[in-house]
Amino acid sequence: MTYSISNIARSKGDPKVLHSGPSSLGAADRMARALGWFSIGLGLAELIAAERITRALGMEGKETLVRAYGVRELGHGIVSLSPDKHLGLWSRVAGDGLDIATLMTAMRHDNPKRDNVGIALAAVLGVTLLDIIGAQGVTARHRRPSSQLRSYRDRTGFPRGVQAARGAARDFKVPPDMRAAPALAAVSDRATQEKAQEKARPH
Amino acid sequence: MRALVWHGKEDIRCDTLTDPEIEQPRDAIVKVTSCAICGSDLHLFHNFIPAMLPGDIMGHEMMGEVVEVGPEAKHKLKVGDRVVVPFTIICGECDQCKRGNFSVCEATNRKKYLADKVFGHPTAGLFGYTHLTGGYPGGQAEYLRVPFADATHIKVPDGIPDEKVLFLGDIFPTGWQAAVQCDIQPTDTVAIWGCGPVGQMAIRSAVLLGAKQVIAIDHLPDRLEMAEAGGAVTINFDEESVVERLNELTGGLGPEKCIDAIGMEAHVSPSMPDTVYDRAKQMLGAESDRPHVLREMIYVCRPAGVISIPGVYGGLVDKFPMGQLMNKGLTIRTGQTHVNRWTDDLLRRIEEGQIDPSFVITHTVSLEEGPEMYKVFRDKQDSCIKVVLKP
Repeated sequence: MTYSISNIARSKGDPKVLHSGPSSLGAADRMARALGWFSIGLGLAELIAAERITRALGMEGKETLVRAYGVRELGHGIVSLSPDKHLGLWSRVAGDGLDIATLMTAMRHDNPKRDNVGIALAAVLGVTLLDIIGAQGVTARHRRPSSQLRSYRDRTGFPRGVQAARGAARDFKVPPDMRAAPALAAVSDRATQEKAQEKARPH
Repeated sequence: MRALVWHGKEDIRCDTLTDPEIEQPRDAIVKVTSCAICGSDLHLFHNFIPAMLPGDIMGHEMMGEVVEVGPEAKHKLKVGDRVVVPFTIICGECDQCKRGNFSVCEATNRKKYLADKVFGHPTAGLFGYTHLTGGYPGGQAEYLRVPFADATHIKVPDGIPDEKVLFLGDIFPTGWQAAVQCDIQPTDTVAIWGCGPVGQMAIRSAVLLGAKQVIAIDHLPDRLEMAEAGGAVTINFDEESVVERLNELTGGLGPEKCIDAIGMEAHVSPSMPDTVYDRAKQMLGAESDRPHVLREMIYVCRPAGVISIPGVYGGLVDKFPMGQLMNKGLTIRTGQTHVNRWTDDLLRRIEEGQIDPSFVITHTVSLEEGPEMYKVFRDKQDSCIKVVLKP
């Protein structure tokens, strides 16, 4: 109950939450959030424990690649946790493909850790399925169907029509602190007038 | 009571809470009859504005009926009065309030120590906003405590529907101030970026104030259609170059006055590479705002013109074209809205039938539907432009 802790920042008469209601976050959003945090966790693990991961998979010598994948996972996680979560999840799906392709290279018969690779592949396939479900879910939930467009052609906001409204508030006096530099047109008008006066003046 | 409560990023809930209580002699309690979701609520929804806390009540555009009045507010308010509550909390007595600079009232931010650190000096307390502006509970609720209520209210007569006067609390004066601080001349072209609720109000304000030409920029067809209905020439930035079209419409000179009704969350598109750059930096926490519109306005504005910024910015922007701004001698005017400075005049214009701000309402729902409507409004689904909630 984080709101109970944050009540220390409120005054005595401020309303305090008694019961919490349904959230604006849908199931797909929560799934995106979970997968985003999973990405960040996995990315950190790949960065910090690259040697242990490569040793467990019989992929010694690929530590730099695993660390690069760790950075990639962090990127997926950050985007999945942002308002653009659909991009994050679809990028995770693409990343899963890359992970599967990389693991397949370790499924050699001469790899003594082949069983571990098999388990890792099964795990990645499972997560890929979740990523696809999540990506489709958030895309559908936040899509803006073009067929839903309403017409606002009659929403003028001017009960007497637009033409009558044009300049209807010219009676308004702009306060001195909000006046602009002399209008360009006003300056040009003044220059023209001064030129005309100059011409009219007897020499 | 029930209210829409912020629980974290994209997590708004309709919760049951204790009722607000009068704390200070100048307080009043208002039973909310109508409130709205504002575009700037989406910045809080996305957690782009710092210092929100779980349990904070959302909402800064609301109106209702006074049900309780503190002893020092009784000379101005009585039980039963119908009031619109401005989003800026004002004392009416400090130097800034006396100058009409209500949004930077020096007395109402109850978390001055935070604002001092972040802003240098405090600004006014705001309802339903960050703790940097006082952390006051907002009005997307059944009841609202109004601090400094003797000054922080706009009385509205009976007989006018809520929908016509509700927006006096925020978007109407915000659009109006955006246009007023452009000091519009009959020869001016006013370009307005963003056809959301504030953009729509700025368009109507610029038309009323007599601009020669009002140009509205967006990419959503329904919003552009509403802008066109209000008298604007429209530019769809998905279909044409904003800079080229603005120059074409102004004889190559550029608009004299430019209004940014977008703020910190400019649309991101690969066709505008700077927006992708900003979004990436924003995700990494290396930049808080996406200032594409500012860059474009400064580039296209006619030299010696005015840039008016009602759109909300939260912190730091990158790649700000200071050289263009300086060399072109542009004037920038910005700030939260000095709501009460304009509302007497705007209420008169509503009563006289010059304008009816209810045109912008596209959805009216109950408070319980509020959390879902945050999502609908953010995703611009169902042609959503403005949501009114009925507690």
